[in-house]
Amino acid sequence: MRHAVASAQNVENTSIAVTDLFKICNHCERLRKKDLGVRIPRPLGNGPSRFIPEKEILQVSKVDSRTQSIFEDAFAALGRLDNISLVMGFHPQYLESFLRTQHYLLQMDGPLPLHYRHYIGIMAAARHQCSYLVNLHVNDFLQVGGDAKWLNGLGEAPQKLQQLGELNKILAHRPWLITKEHMEALLKAEEHSWSLAELIHAVVLLTHYHSLASFTFGCGITPEIHCDGGHTFRPPSLSQYCVCDIANGNGHANQHDDQLDDQDMCGEVEVLMERMKQLQECRDDEEASQEEMATRFEREKTESMLVVTSEDEECVPSRDISRHFEDPSYGYKDFSRRGEHVPTFRAQDYSWEDHGYSLVNRLYPDVGQMLDEKFQMAYNLTYNTMATHKDVDTSMLRRAIWNYIHCMFGIRYDDYDYGEINQLLDRSFKIYIKTMVCSPEKTTKRMYESFWRQFQHSEKVHVNLLLMEARMQAELLYALRAITRYMT
Amino acid sequence: MEKMSRVTTALSSNTISGKTMFCHLDAPANAISVCRDASQVVVAGRNIFKIYTIEEEQFVEKLNLRVGRKPSLNFSCADVMWHQMEENLLATAATNGAVVTWNLGKPSRNKQDQLFTEHKRTVNKVCFHPTEVYMLLSGSQDGLMKCFDLRKKESVSTFSGQSESVRDVQFSMKDFTFAASFENGNVQLWDIRRPDRYERMFTAHTGPVFCCDWHPDDRGWLATGGRDKMVKVWDMTTNRAKEIYCVQTIASVARVKWRPEKRFHLATCSMMVDHNIYVWDIRRPFIPFATFEEHKDVTTGIVWRHQHDPYFLLSGSKDSTLYQHMFKDATRPVDKANPEGLCFGLMGDLAFAAKESLINSDTNRKPYPGGDRRNPLFFFKKTDPTEQFAHVSSALTIYQTGLDSNNMDWFVSTAQRYLLTGKPFAELCDHNAKVARELKRPQVSTTWTMLRIMFSDPANLPAAGLNHSLSKLGSLPLMNSFSLKEMGSGLASESRLERGKGDSRQDNIHLETGNSHISNNNEENEETEGSDGPAECMFGDAELDDDDLYSMDHENQAEEQEYTLPQEGFQLRHEIVDNPSAPEHFQQDKADSPHVSGNEAEVPCLTPIESFSLISISQPLFTHHLPASFFCPIVREMLSYYAEQGDVQMAVSVLIVLGEKIRREIDDLTQEHWYMSYIDMLQRFELWNVSNEVIKLSTCSAITCLNQTSTTLHINCSNCKRPMSSKGWMCDRCHQCASICAVCHHVVKGLFVWCQGCSHGGHLEHIMNWLKSSAHCPAGCGHMCEYT
Repeated sequence: MRHAVASAQNVENTSIAVTDLFKICNHCERLRKKDLGVRIPRPLGNGPSRFIPEKEILQVSKVDSRTQSIFEDAFAALGRLDNISLVMGFHPQYLESFLRTQHYLLQMDGPLPLHYRHYIGIMAAARHQCSYLVNLHVNDFLQVGGDAKWLNGLGEAPQKLQQLGELNKILAHRPWLITKEHMEALLKAEEHSWSLAELIHAVVLLTHYHSLASFTFGCGITPEIHCDGGHTFRPPSLSQYCVCDIANGNGHANQHDDQLDDQDMCGEVEVLMERMKQLQECRDDEEASQEEMATRFEREKTESMLVVTSEDEECVPSRDISRHFEDPSYGYKDFSRRGEHVPTFRAQDYSWEDHGYSLVNRLYPDVGQMLDEKFQMAYNLTYNTMATHKDVDTSMLRRAIWNYIHCMFGIRYDDYDYGEINQLLDRSFKIYIKTMVCSPEKTTKRMYESFWRQFQHSEKVHVNLLLMEARMQAELLYALRAITRYMT
Repeated sequence: MEKMSRVTTALSSNTISGKTMFCHLDAPANAISVCRDASQVVVAGRNIFKIYTIEEEQFVEKLNLRVGRKPSLNFSCADVMWHQMEENLLATAATNGAVVTWNLGKPSRNKQDQLFTEHKRTVNKVCFHPTEVYMLLSGSQDGLMKCFDLRKKESVSTFSGQSESVRDVQFSMKDFTFAASFENGNVQLWDIRRPDRYERMFTAHTGPVFCCDWHPDDRGWLATGGRDKMVKVWDMTTNRAKEIYCVQTIASVARVKWRPEKRFHLATCSMMVDHNIYVWDIRRPFIPFATFEEHKDVTTGIVWRHQHDPYFLLSGSKDSTLYQHMFKDATRPVDKANPEGLCFGLMGDLAFAAKESLINSDTNRKPYPGGDRRNPLFFFKKTDPTEQFAHVSSALTIYQTGLDSNNMDWFVSTAQRYLLTGKPFAELCDHNAKVARELKRPQVSTTWTMLRIMFSDPANLPAAGLNHSLSKLGSLPLMNSFSLKEMGSGLASESRLERGKGDSRQDNIHLETGNSHISNNNEENEETEGSDGPAECMFGDAELDDDDLYSMDHENQAEEQEYTLPQEGFQLRHEIVDNPSAPEHFQQDKADSPHVSGNEAEVPCLTPIESFSLISISQPLFTHHLPASFFCPIVREMLSYYAEQGDVQMAVSVLIVLGEKIRREIDDLTQEHWYMSYIDMLQRFELWNVSNEVIKLSTCSAITCLNQTSTTLHINCSNCKRPMSSKGWMCDRCHQCASICAVCHHVVKGLFVWCQGCSHGGHLEHIMNWLKSSAHCPAGCGHMCEYT
């Protein structure tokens, strides 16, 4: 391991050497010219994220020592520092917990063989057409000795994994439909059956990658340079822009627009803070009646349905990825539809802290603890700032976001007034949340930009972390509840 | 609260009667509580809130408190408590954060009395003060505890734990303190009159503490149960909360309740997975005292029916049933548990634990002289008439195989001296045969030699074999009658040697759990004198093991056959390996050379001429006509035989040396099993290098990956002496490079070598170069560095 750490520094050194040879695009600080006749791949993306200007993202060489060491550990463990980690680097405490969990899930002792784990990751990410994660794990899958034939489609994979397809599908889009029969089908399938421990491992992996796909789209993570779509051999254009500007619409003009918008929306943060304050104060005064509370949840639930997710573009899944899953038409259907009535999931009856944790930790030791820490980290993470304001108690806002996501999955907290959500989350933000959580592949840059315009990118990443963890927990709760029911 | 009146009569326990019975509820229960006179029970859950009367034969629904067309969330109860002084008064904790009191004396259908909506989050627990009628305490998810005076409309005081959600609150029996348990593992002690800060706080569990309960009689004993699957009992009377008992359960502990009238008993039920209710004797934490296994889903509420009757337990469950359990109907796991334990030690010692009564009832005792070698320890148990565990104490007996512990030396030196790789096959076999022979293991030695003959390349063998035997004249017995003879005699001498060590040392240790003290008086000594009784069972031949009977004469009197059977009990000793095949050799031995005795036998037998003649016979037999694969089935059987006999060392060594020649003949699982056993033994003898070599040479993927795990070596910083966590060469704390090369003064990031005398060092390469020119330390400390 010591050698691996050393090479992190070598990377830096070589990058210095390279800059001597090439000119650098003055906008995106990327290499522009090359005249040596060697076909050198250039990154297509503009930094780790399409949404966040590269200069906003922490430079690996300039981060504080703590983040630095987390990055180094990640590099040592994986042999790469992926764009997800770079973007999460805004929140080093969380990143640490995230990487530890992911590392444990993928590499440490566990009931599933290594190539299965990556394949399950591919299955889960493919469900959301997340080519970024699929490509990443296709590489890993082959590296740990996976059979390349499996990658031709789920049909080529062992029967055991094929059976997981159904669970994957439901879990990704309509987790509330999971019943113990689904679990039973997996656990009692003759020679292809899963053991309970394997199933828990698989479920944790599936939910992890579903939600990570949400994050990937929500933050517009760009492909890694070594993956498909991450690089090009085309020579850079001769104009003063480099290709990346045009490809991603990240030119100067665009930025100018943003500034104009900022002036329009300048009161946004203040309004939000004012509302939080009001809610804090008047909560004790006017107590909503019980009926009122119940209807508020229903209203929020139905309203979340009305939030239109797809903007104009229809995203066609590329054939390349859709082969990893079946039934591409199956997507998120709103929880509260007329016709099919699914009972509301009461958070008090099956909570992560009391029930989910115990089940996971029993069947897959240590993972329960890690997930618990990760959820708590995401839920409690705060810097007490909002945009430019300091010393703000954001707990209300965070709870509203968390509960709103659980609400979309039909999970209700008895002790929460869902009226707060309406006060705190505006429409564009709701659109973003809904898109990201339910059909992340449709997230666009415009959605990302149109909510909370005055907030910093790091805060938007923070929101993304919340969304991701809340989604993971929601899916996990449904799956674990079904397993518990199977067991009793 | 109009007609509140104190009910003071405490019923004597014999007025309660009944049987194990249950009734179906309409919905899962979250909590139950019983009224003071033990005649009624209230069941509360998300969709249920009913009172049942407990009759002789059945539960009868008496009242449904869940009224109204569309019941509000106030009816969705997380907890319920029946007032222990006022029989009409109940309190519930609602999942929406409300605390509600109910007055059964109300004439209307809706018995709701007061509603407190001060908590912002779910209320997890409500608790009435045991003696103060109007005092009610609540603990909530929002981290606050509130104390209500039922005569007022709002709370009189609020306690902020300054930590996470409150999971349980419990008033102490007699005074004004209460305990609160938290989701982050803390337990706090508060005085109800001082809401500003807690009196004491300590961390009781890792992860949430789901429940706590004060001991009804012992003031200051608090039982806590947590998600970490433990029940702990704390003594709160001392300055620091002291953990006095700990029970490890198999699932997270949801509720804990002390059993009335039984000082050391408590009942638990779990939050998940496990549906049973256990009653533990905390002094015996490894096995439940009693178990109730009726529920089909997790038990959510348990309560002893009457506070002075230990024989009735009520429980509610998620499976929508309410049970009354009779203690006499409980399962007693201890009756099914195996009370005997048996284990082999590394050196072939044997430990045997059994019920004391079993050992004592042995009538075949003999006085055991030579007390100097015994060291009996008595953990002595005071018999407590109220004690209900059947066999609390057991005796532990240790049988030692020999006086000196070197009877596994052969294993160690064999492991160290065997060559498994790095030379041509024939040489390896010869070397190993020599090692075995020097260690007086002729059969093993012969096996190696035979293997060499069988598997050596036919083309090369004549020359190689001949040269070899020539070079080691007389030292390499090959297969003929002489070698058999030698083997027989060798065995005989070994067996006799073994007899010499064959007395057994016995320690009788009486163990008991719980409060114990050690006594060492003579009367007790006598009780255990006869512990060689069990020894007889083990050895089959008791007199051999008795010290006083032992004399040199035995050596001659003992029949060979006698050694073979009993010694099979010890798998680790090589003698056994040889023995089963020994008898026939002995016969031969006796027939052929009755004069042979002792170790000298080898020497006269092996003359150069004999060896020569042997080779000339054996070569035509094997080398030219039979392919190596012909022997594979035999070798396979031979390996299985060795493994069966416990000499897995031989099996694995042959497997490695033969390599491809034999590997396909034996299925992978068996191979893996052998490797694992051998590696395990090597590691128990701390032969790390050998074990690693075996791992490296094995071809099973499951074995080779063994040395891929836990390859991290943790080191401490040379400056601040604290562990370096992230990088091996840079200390996080003192920000210094920990390992600097004394030659080039750069940080060493790869292999670092240092002198153990002066602890200076550096890059391996640099130090090597330096030492070529100078013997002194490159750091200039003047030390004459020594490297091996």
